[in-house]
Amino acid sequence: MSEALATLEQAKQLGLLEEEFNKIKEILGRTPNFTELSIYSVMWSEHCSYKNSITLLKTLPRKGAKMLVEAGEENAGLIDIGDGLACAFKIESHNHPSAIEPYQGAATGVGGIHRDIFTMGARPIASLNSLRFGNINNKKTQHLMRGVVKGIGDYGNCFGVPTVAGEIYFEDCYNTNILVNAMSVGVVKVGETVSAIAEGAGNPVYIVGSATGKDGIHGASFASGDLSEDSAEDLPSVQVGDPFQEKLLLEATLEAIKTGAIVGMQDMGAAGITCSTSEMSAKGKHGMKIFLDKVPTRQAHMKSWEILLSESQERMLVVVEKGKEKIIEAVFDKWDLHCEIIGEVIDGERLLYYMFDELVADVPAESLVLGGGAPIYKREIKEPEYISAIKKFNADKINIPTDMIVVAKKLAANVNIASKKWITVQYDSMVGLKNTSTNLPSDAALIRIIGKNKALAVTTDCNAKYVYADPYIGAMIAVSEAARNIVCSGAEPAAITNCLNFGNPYNPEVYWQFTNAIKGMGDACRKFDTPVTGGNVSFYNQSEEGPVYPTPTIGMVGILDDHKNQMTLDFIHAGNVIVLIGKATNDIACSEYLKAVHNDPLSPAPYFNLDEEYNLQQAIKEIIKNKLIDSAHDVSEGGLFITLLESAMINNLGFEIETDKLIRKDAYLFGEGQSRVVVSTTAEKAFVIENICKEFSVPVNVLGRVTDGSISVDSEDFGNINTYKEIYDTAIGRYMILL
Amino acid sequence: MKFGVVTFPGSNCDQDIIHVLRNVMGCEVIELFHKEHALGSLTTDDCVMLPGGFSYGDALRTGSIARFSPIMQAVLEHCNNGGYAWGICNGFQILCEAGLLPGVLLENANQQFICKNIYLKTENNASRINATLSKNRGLKIPIAHGDGRFYCDDKTLRQLIANDQIIFRYCDENGNVTEAANPNGAVYNIAGICNAGRNVFGMMPHPERASEEILGNTDGRLIFESFLANVNTPVPV
Repeated sequence: MSEALATLEQAKQLGLLEEEFNKIKEILGRTPNFTELSIYSVMWSEHCSYKNSITLLKTLPRKGAKMLVEAGEENAGLIDIGDGLACAFKIESHNHPSAIEPYQGAATGVGGIHRDIFTMGARPIASLNSLRFGNINNKKTQHLMRGVVKGIGDYGNCFGVPTVAGEIYFEDCYNTNILVNAMSVGVVKVGETVSAIAEGAGNPVYIVGSATGKDGIHGASFASGDLSEDSAEDLPSVQVGDPFQEKLLLEATLEAIKTGAIVGMQDMGAAGITCSTSEMSAKGKHGMKIFLDKVPTRQAHMKSWEILLSESQERMLVVVEKGKEKIIEAVFDKWDLHCEIIGEVIDGERLLYYMFDELVADVPAESLVLGGGAPIYKREIKEPEYISAIKKFNADKINIPTDMIVVAKKLAANVNIASKKWITVQYDSMVGLKNTSTNLPSDAALIRIIGKNKALAVTTDCNAKYVYADPYIGAMIAVSEAARNIVCSGAEPAAITNCLNFGNPYNPEVYWQFTNAIKGMGDACRKFDTPVTGGNVSFYNQSEEGPVYPTPTIGMVGILDDHKNQMTLDFIHAGNVIVLIGKATNDIACSEYLKAVHNDPLSPAPYFNLDEEYNLQQAIKEIIKNKLIDSAHDVSEGGLFITLLESAMINNLGFEIETDKLIRKDAYLFGEGQSRVVVSTTAEKAFVIENICKEFSVPVNVLGRVTDGSISVDSEDFGNINTYKEIYDTAIGRYMILL
Repeated sequence: MKFGVVTFPGSNCDQDIIHVLRNVMGCEVIELFHKEHALGSLTTDDCVMLPGGFSYGDALRTGSIARFSPIMQAVLEHCNNGGYAWGICNGFQILCEAGLLPGVLLENANQQFICKNIYLKTENNASRINATLSKNRGLKIPIAHGDGRFYCDDKTLRQLIANDQIIFRYCDENGNVTEAANPNGAVYNIAGICNAGRNVFGMMPHPERASEEILGNTDGRLIFESFLANVNTPVPV
């Protein structure tokens, strides 16, 4: 190899530590050249290696009766959903690219996660997301949101997979460092999946899909550092997406898999050819010879390390059974996609990269990957200072407002509560004819499996404010809310994927948040028997203003065996009885109400007890199974009043209720104490519901009745539903008018 | 009657329309690929369906490249011989670009993609596609497009009106054609038209997305039923 040897200085510039540079020299038995150093720098970046998180991630429950592919084994987890079908699903972050270039950052986030699903042979059938923006009054926030929403929409709409659900919060801590998490859910016949493996010496290695350009080089390293003023200069680190190419790649890939000629396949995401060649080789205990000059490129004179590290989108690495080249080439030719042999699988576990017959890098595959030679660290933890301030919160010092109508209207217009229609109308939520929630909305979106009675229930959830207040309880609530949403739609929670968005792991306070959030997530997942199938860790979500709220987003999939048992969230008949299932608590902590009306004092996470949550969900399942209710909607941000509004406004109905005099009225109406569900039913059935709740030791209270549009609380006239609907539906749009 | 559904590169509603025609309406469906030069066993009694999606990624202008796909020559001949063609969303855009329907589909007035339920007023009962539909109620059908603003010049519009070539207009829940009910700024609230020969139809809304009980809306099925009923319609001008 003629290339100059790399220096420690260069290693540091690429984000490696001195000890890591020394370890590379030890592995190779020599000093690496620049190309080799680049390979290690991306593969050992936080983004690819999970070096600061993997030890804790392994404490999460990862086994279950339904698991077909466990976390970390393939590009996404795979669960058995019955009827000979399996579901592959995963959530991933694209925070840093989206903070710099919101449109392309968000678009390629969507594209990347879909590729993780269809590289396994599963056809994506639903897309979800979880977004965090800064203060909506900021022009910058509006600009970022406009770009992210258009990016998600343009990519998903063209690719032809419906965006069916998601969540969005606005908090000042995300002013600079927004969060964009995208989730894909796919379905495949059991036994027809493809593994990300390279084996069989002599088998050809293909690159298929788009040509390779200079975009996204060192993107993985970019995502592994804090955002700063200079980050805009990293613009070439942001990739550019082409959903049309991805659609062709999807069809060609699934068609190619059907031929049976494919040995293994992996999509190219972070660290491009480097990552896919090393991970596939390490998994198959083989090596590869790769001729980089054979890679179709977008521009001339690309250097070897540029080709190796390019994160150009819509590409796959495919190992094909020798002798079946023509079969595969015909499929990709049909779809007008590049399909080039760039090398072959070899015995031994070394990766040999050539450029015009010259060996430019020679590295052992195993040494690069997670679970192999990539470094693993445990970081220091320290309880953050703000926690002591939270402990001092005293609700008795918070005045109870006299005019609850003003508060109710203020919360209906609160952007963390109000309708997200301004955003969701820009997403094609119906393509594919599988989303049955368009006209029949539930707490989780229901995606039917055409030809079967079955549906999948999907949701993303995380109230990061709760996690900030108490990472252990907050993470348990995130899992619980996801499960509750699925249960309220009539389905059974099955498994989760997680996207762990945190600050800099070298900050002990951040690592304390991370450690406790993982513990809470693990405990809740064990309780609901929803193993973690995989996901993604995104550290370094911070700017000069400090870290973002710890945001461990949960993406959950549930199974509805018979679509006839679907439950919706809307009140259907005036005169129906409204029943609150679960315990009303005298709790205003961490609520949107406290933030909006009382200037957001630091306060603990809302009331939560995991056993009570579990019992509640068992009771709701039993009630739905026995067809005792017309609607079910869980209580979340904005409290009971907002839950009632949301159930009422869909069919232009109203409600009249009585509060509990033993509980402060603001807590009763707007508190966010957990584990509550509002259902509507007939008077006769309400009696049966009470008995079932007793069996499960769950408190139950008749709140009042559904009306034909008027709202009243303790006989006070709160006005008509139409007033609130107008406020709720238009709140976000009012900020987004282009001047 | 048979249907032939064309898949262009980037079509993404092809499988949806195939599912509804085959499994919901019980029709025979032939799947056609854009690289083919003929329409298989389709005759002029049959209908070519051009599905929704993003053919060629909407490059240059929606539908402008798909019209050059090999199969479009066969579609042109089929239509010129009186055979039926029906384009939905991107299919409508392709038919306009191919010159089989007048007018053009421009970017939505609000410059955003819009996916939601809208209401369609049946303008007349002059064509096979709307012959059996009631003019007194709005049909609830979803739209999902970024470039759905139908536009044509005044002279063309007058002709379309005079010849009963406007098949659907955007209206409110109660069937009133209002400006507020126009989701994309289409001229004269036009959501769908046909050619003078009444054998080529184009519409932006997606009836296939509203044809099954499980989706909570079956208004779209009425449009397919009208087409399949094939009642006598006025002789084309």
